[in-house]
Amino acid sequence: MSVEEWGIVRLAVQVALTAILFALPIAFGVAWLLARYEFRGKGLLQALVTLPLVLPPVVTGYALLVVFGARGAIGSFLLEHTGFEFAFRWTGAALAAGVMAFPLIVRPLRMAIETVDQGLEEAAGTLGATRSMVFFTVTLPLVLPGILAGAVLGFAKALGEFGATISFVSNIPGETQTLSLAIYALLQSPDGDAAALRLIGVSVAIALLAVIASEWLARRMQRAGGR
Amino acid sequence: MTRLSIDLTGKAGSFAVSAQFETAAGITALFGHSGAGKTTILKMIAGMIRPDSGRVVAGDRVLFDRRSGVDIAVPDRHLGCVFQDGRLFPHLSVERNLTYARWAGRRKADRSFDEVVALLDLEKHLGRRPDTLSGGERQRVAIGRALLSDPQLLLMDEPLSSLDIPRRQEILPYLEAIREKTRIPILYVSHEIDEVARLADTLVVLSAGKTVAAGPTADVFGRLDLGPALGRHEAGALVEGTIVRNDPDYGTCLVDVDGGMLEIAAAGLQPGGRVRLRIRARDVAIARDKPTGLSIRNSVPVVIEQIAAEQGAYAEMALRLGEQTLRARITRKSVAELGLETGDRVFALLKAISLERRAVMADTQRSDK
Repeated sequence: MSVEEWGIVRLAVQVALTAILFALPIAFGVAWLLARYEFRGKGLLQALVTLPLVLPPVVTGYALLVVFGARGAIGSFLLEHTGFEFAFRWTGAALAAGVMAFPLIVRPLRMAIETVDQGLEEAAGTLGATRSMVFFTVTLPLVLPGILAGAVLGFAKALGEFGATISFVSNIPGETQTLSLAIYALLQSPDGDAAALRLIGVSVAIALLAVIASEWLARRMQRAGGR
Repeated sequence: MTRLSIDLTGKAGSFAVSAQFETAAGITALFGHSGAGKTTILKMIAGMIRPDSGRVVAGDRVLFDRRSGVDIAVPDRHLGCVFQDGRLFPHLSVERNLTYARWAGRRKADRSFDEVVALLDLEKHLGRRPDTLSGGERQRVAIGRALLSDPQLLLMDEPLSSLDIPRRQEILPYLEAIREKTRIPILYVSHEIDEVARLADTLVVLSAGKTVAAGPTADVFGRLDLGPALGRHEAGALVEGTIVRNDPDYGTCLVDVDGGMLEIAAAGLQPGGRVRLRIRARDVAIARDKPTGLSIRNSVPVVIEQIAAEQGAYAEMALRLGEQTLRARITRKSVAELGLETGDRVFALLKAISLERRAVMADTQRSDK
């Protein structure tokens, strides 16, 4: 593999990890809301969360461009006040990847939170533990397999994200050209087959690892839940 | 000794409860059929459900008082809870479960870890995971965990109901050991009259969300008006007596209940010891004269204290034996034919007597009446 190819892998991993890092806490909050509370608009929130999964990715990418682009509502505000920019930057690729991966992270998280017996939290309270102590000593350890499963699944999705990324931040080598985009570009050029094959090998390896890890975690979670 | 003083009303969903009672030393049973509101009241005491009005006082600490707006949070109530389903933390070892109140609840226990582990025979289970324990072992760990949280009082919500009969028999001695050795008062919720007869020093009876009776267990058992609440079939009296003599050849011993001599099937009891006996109303027959030539060996002279005529074929009677009360359930026709009336001196024939408690604690004897 050439230096450029390694650079592509590195960028792709950087984009995917950044996406997961930011998506995970937000997904946890949403999953918590959906698992623990009944409120007006719960159905709407649920639909909104699932939307990136069912919309054509190109549409999601376009929506991101409209909202977070240089002239978008949030994009222009950020650019003007903080100088921070999503459009045509690797941060934009991370945003697209995070949004696309979001539903896949929320689902196992929500399941894990629903599996936690709230009676255990109640019991911990009677033993003197404060709410935050209960969360860190009982709830979080029991939800952990779900968090890991969500993170792994989300990471795999973020790594392979194509449609939303290319329509939001385009395909700029060294900036927004992640694995999938690079493979696509290589397949378009007459002599790129060998390089494409190498990158395909890398992405297959990463995806396989991620799926095996998430299956393993899901099994562990089932065992912990099926007392 | 921490006494719990309860006076509260409230709701769980659309179900209204109203409870007034006080606990004494030893075990106080909160008895009632399922749906009587026992668990709701326990949860209000523990602080998991907020009552609409009233007060909950443990010793000199006010835990809840609607009028002055006191409502101590669950973690600060210092009440050890043992739940029906154990609720052990599945991701922690038995030892970490037991010590949870210390490392997560910042409780310093005045009871040593080793003492509690020995009391509940948990030494060889400390390294195990909760999901590898049997039901009985799990409840013992749950009890130990509550004991190690420095509780002023233990609240137990039907701790044996998830266990089969042999496992229950296995746990009961541990509960008795806790009463005797730790001296922590226990509020014990149950719908099993057998458990109550064996364990309870004080009995609070709940029916349809309301306390209908509260007092020393034997007194409440002797009341005729509690038929439906206590369960008609199992209704009976609790009496206490002193062992006079052993008859090892026949495996029986003689018990003196306020002058009435009863022979019970029990071996190895020490003469001089106090025991608690349970005599079901349906196992008591009445005779005008001292009968002879019967296989029933126990007949004691009693005075009819009260006859409660019911609608059906049966009549409930309260019979005075010294300072204590027996109950009998005989047909109304028998009452009419024998011409039984309040104040009559008759003989009570006892078909079966069950030994509920082998050692009655000195301070829970009839002195607290």
